[in-house]
Amino acid sequence: MKEFLLIIRGGHEESGNRSPEEMQKHMQHWQQWMGGLAEEGKLVGGQPLMSEGKTLTERGTKITDRPLAEGKELVGGYLLIKADSLDHATNISKDCPGFEYNCSVEVREISPL
Amino acid sequence: MESRDHIDTTLNHLFRQESGKMVAVLIKIFGIENIEMAEDVVQDALVSALETWKFRGVPDNPRAWLYKTARNKAIDVIRRKKHSKTIDFSDPQKQLLTSGYTLKATMNDFWEEDQIQDDFLAMMYACCHPDISRENQITFILKSLCGFSTKEVAKSFLTSEDTVSKRLYRTKEYFRKYKIRPEIPAQSAIVSRTSAVLSAIYLMFNEGYNSTHVDQLIREDLIGQAMSLCRSLLSGSQTRLPEVYALMALMCFHAARVDSRTTADGSLILLFDQDRTKWNPILIRSGEDYLNKASFGNALTTYHLEAAIAYQHCCAKRYEDTDWNEILGYYNILLDIAADPIVFLNRSLVILELKGPEDALKSLEKMKKNKLLEKYYLYHATLGEIHQRLSNHALSRVCYEKAIQLTQSKSEKQFLQAKITSNR
Amino acid sequence: MKQFMFLFKGGDEVWDTKSPEEQQKHMQHWQQWIGEMAQQEKFIGGERLYPHGNTIHPASLKVTDRPLTESKELVGGYLVVKANTLDEATEMAKRCPGLQWESHVEVREVWPEE
Repeated sequence: MKEFLLIIRGGHEESGNRSPEEMQKHMQHWQQWMGGLAEEGKLVGGQPLMSEGKTLTERGTKITDRPLAEGKELVGGYLLIKADSLDHATNISKDCPGFEYNCSVEVREISPL
Repeated sequence: MESRDHIDTTLNHLFRQESGKMVAVLIKIFGIENIEMAEDVVQDALVSALETWKFRGVPDNPRAWLYKTARNKAIDVIRRKKHSKTIDFSDPQKQLLTSGYTLKATMNDFWEEDQIQDDFLAMMYACCHPDISRENQITFILKSLCGFSTKEVAKSFLTSEDTVSKRLYRTKEYFRKYKIRPEIPAQSAIVSRTSAVLSAIYLMFNEGYNSTHVDQLIREDLIGQAMSLCRSLLSGSQTRLPEVYALMALMCFHAARVDSRTTADGSLILLFDQDRTKWNPILIRSGEDYLNKASFGNALTTYHLEAAIAYQHCCAKRYEDTDWNEILGYYNILLDIAADPIVFLNRSLVILELKGPEDALKSLEKMKKNKLLEKYYLYHATLGEIHQRLSNHALSRVCYEKAIQLTQSKSEKQFLQAKITSNR
Repeated sequence: MKQFMFLFKGGDEVWDTKSPEEQQKHMQHWQQWIGEMAQQEKFIGGERLYPHGNTIHPASLKVTDRPLTESKELVGGYLVVKANTLDEATEMAKRCPGLQWESHVEVREVWPEE
């Protein structure tokens, strides 16, 4: 089995429009999905990220007080999973609850070296 | 295509020399609880070498090839196991093995040439831990550090493969249970811990040198491996103790004479009858060098004295030239250090040479009730010899017969039987 | 202590222009940098990524056979570390060897677990 990083982007605008109940339900979906992956031994780890951040550019001499990417491109969280192939990992990702909030998921294979 | 024989010889040699070192490094990486994992990687590397060299020939630097292959296989194992909890990655250096950013460079660090030798020595100290029985120590050393197969270890000790597996299991369980971390002992403990390592090495050597039951190739292997382990200790700055030099000298003097000790069919030749031109002058010369180095410092161990005695024999051009007085002096000091009944017995043989059978018998009187000697065939054989010289033929015969009962070795039995026949 | 994620973006083109020796040396710098964090018990994990990948887009769940962001914005790898504040994490990130090879580093706090 190989390892894949799922980069989950966007969805921040959506979360502002949802009721607390909807949010709670959404979080339950995450829990169910990740719990299922964990049971199958496919989940390695993963976390959501706070939306603020800093960006280092120009060899680390310049620091910007926010992520450079915004909106649809802002990384909101990541997941590390095990799968047989990029296609397999992509198929697994289709069930990601992030899509309920208009997130996109980028599926990337971990490079062994 | 390379000849299969050439590949086999190269690999066998390489495996004996290097497998223990590779296992030691891999145990450091995977942890002592994963010895099998380490052994599997080395085994896999060996199989790869066999497969690849068959088609592409033996590479210019087969050792480097084998190490690189083992290292790459270790990387594969880490990748497979990094989330499985079988390997403990909590140590900061090992944690770097879990990330693709650092895995390769960190793995390379584990295989730095000067560290390999230390890891190997650390493993030797770990398995010669005083809590592990001597036979389990030697079994583990031969199997894991000298690249013997279970079958070869079993042959070395005339025991079953099943027994060998059980001994290995017990040692590994001990490591696991007490989470032994292989390391070269601190300065304060080095002398006592090294002493345990040296007795294991010497026992291994004697198994090859003295036993007449084991087949010739395995005996040579045991002798070679024991000397090579001792040489490893001499290569380490902390472990280069006078007694290590002394044991090395002793083994050189013995090994120099090994070919003259037996006839082609494996029966023993006594020192008196040995063809001294067959003694290996190069080994005797190295023994001399080691013995000189052993005399630094104040340490005077049994190895020093045994080496000095063996050296006296090596120096004598003919049996008649042997300086028995000098040898008796060494035996007296030896008895002061360790009141060993076997040493006492050997000393009585020197007395027999120097002063004749009456004095020898008198000296042995003191050991009459010794339980160990009572069961030792050479004690009875020696008494037989003494009584024979005193013309106590009936008594001599009884002693020889007792000796025949006590030895397992066929050639010894034949030898003693011949003595009885000549005793009329 | 909080957890922070370093996202390394861009710099793949630079990597490809370097000799294997330079690349090996560069990876030794990574090992030193991460090794020091590990010594201080601040390193949690992280991986490099292959440049190719798939993206699943929202709503239609259409799959395109490339990462969502490319070239300078392409995520080349990530690290998760421990630090007390975003500023402290940013200080740690300044010594990232990737910065010397035209990567930029985005420092983000991991959502604290409830």
